[in-house]
Amino acid sequence: MSHFAMFYLFFRIGLLGFGGGLAMLPLIFQGVQDFGFMSRQEFSNLVALSQITPGPVAVNAATYVGYNYSGFLGATVATLGVTLPSFILMFFVAKLVMKYYSTTVVSGSLWGIRPVVTALVACAALMVAETSLFNVHFFSMAFFSNLMTSVNIIPVFMFIVSFLLMIKTKINPIFVIILMGVVGAFTC
Amino acid sequence: MLPLIQRMVVEEKKWLDQEEMVDCISISQSLPGVVAINTATYVGNRKAGLKGAIAASLGVILPSYIVIILAVTLLDVIGVNEYIAGAFTGVKAAVSGLILYSAIKLAKKSLKNLYSWVLFLVTFILVAVFDVSVIAVIVSGILLGILYIYLKRKEDKA
Repeated sequence: MSHFAMFYLFFRIGLLGFGGGLAMLPLIFQGVQDFGFMSRQEFSNLVALSQITPGPVAVNAATYVGYNYSGFLGATVATLGVTLPSFILMFFVAKLVMKYYSTTVVSGSLWGIRPVVTALVACAALMVAETSLFNVHFFSMAFFSNLMTSVNIIPVFMFIVSFLLMIKTKINPIFVIILMGVVGAFTC
Repeated sequence: MLPLIQRMVVEEKKWLDQEEMVDCISISQSLPGVVAINTATYVGNRKAGLKGAIAASLGVILPSYIVIILAVTLLDVIGVNEYIAGAFTGVKAAVSGLILYSAIKLAKKSLKNLYSWVLFLVTFILVAVFDVSVIAVIVSGILLGILYIYLKRKEDKA
């Protein structure tokens, strides 16, 4: 993969990444996978790392992929690639979008993208779950035919506890993540 | 991240008033791209033109850039042992729970009629089960949304 190809890959991610960080994850994953850059396992490690470090997930991902490819040059190329569409759009188009907010094309686009974005966030959750809770692809015959060996009991338990903590309490998510990291270090 | 930006920009620095900040955030979330960079570009541009936009964007990118490079370097030095691998498994289990929670919160806001539920389910199945291109589903979603609003407005007029 040349630096130009990597720049284009991340530029495209920045240009089509609607709905913010989490919704961008499936888009980023497919992109880096097409280039044979990362396994599902490695990608979800990156997502995990992004959640315990500050900053936008897409920038974290770009820096990570680029740095692994060719050090500082790669990191810079990929990060600029993912940043430029945001920058250009907000600099030149923001005022226009505000002006035409109620037109059919703009409000229709925004309206149509919302259910898609929600589905993409759900896909991101499944993607990360598949590399920690399960041993095989969730939507497969193998998963359901060997249910006992497909599922990792302790991570599933941690997943349920984390989810319940989010729903039932006002606990800071970062605290839940660190807690499960410490538990995982000694039990998984 | 947005509440933090909002507090700094409106209350502490007084760069934008509350109303413009709300517009800025809604536009940042509507347009594609990294939301924090969108917001930074807008605020920077409003206060100091192109230079301001560049400075604000770099400001929001650099911490991520530096922290990730440090983290990758650190992990390389430590190497992957069973504790690190276990910690990653735990973190991922928690993160998948948190992302699921975000998805449910989003669903409550965005899935309000049959049309949006169908679009949601079809998108999920296409991407999660059949690994269909995310770019294709995003573009289709936009086109279907425009068609839906067009037909709805036509109907409202008639």
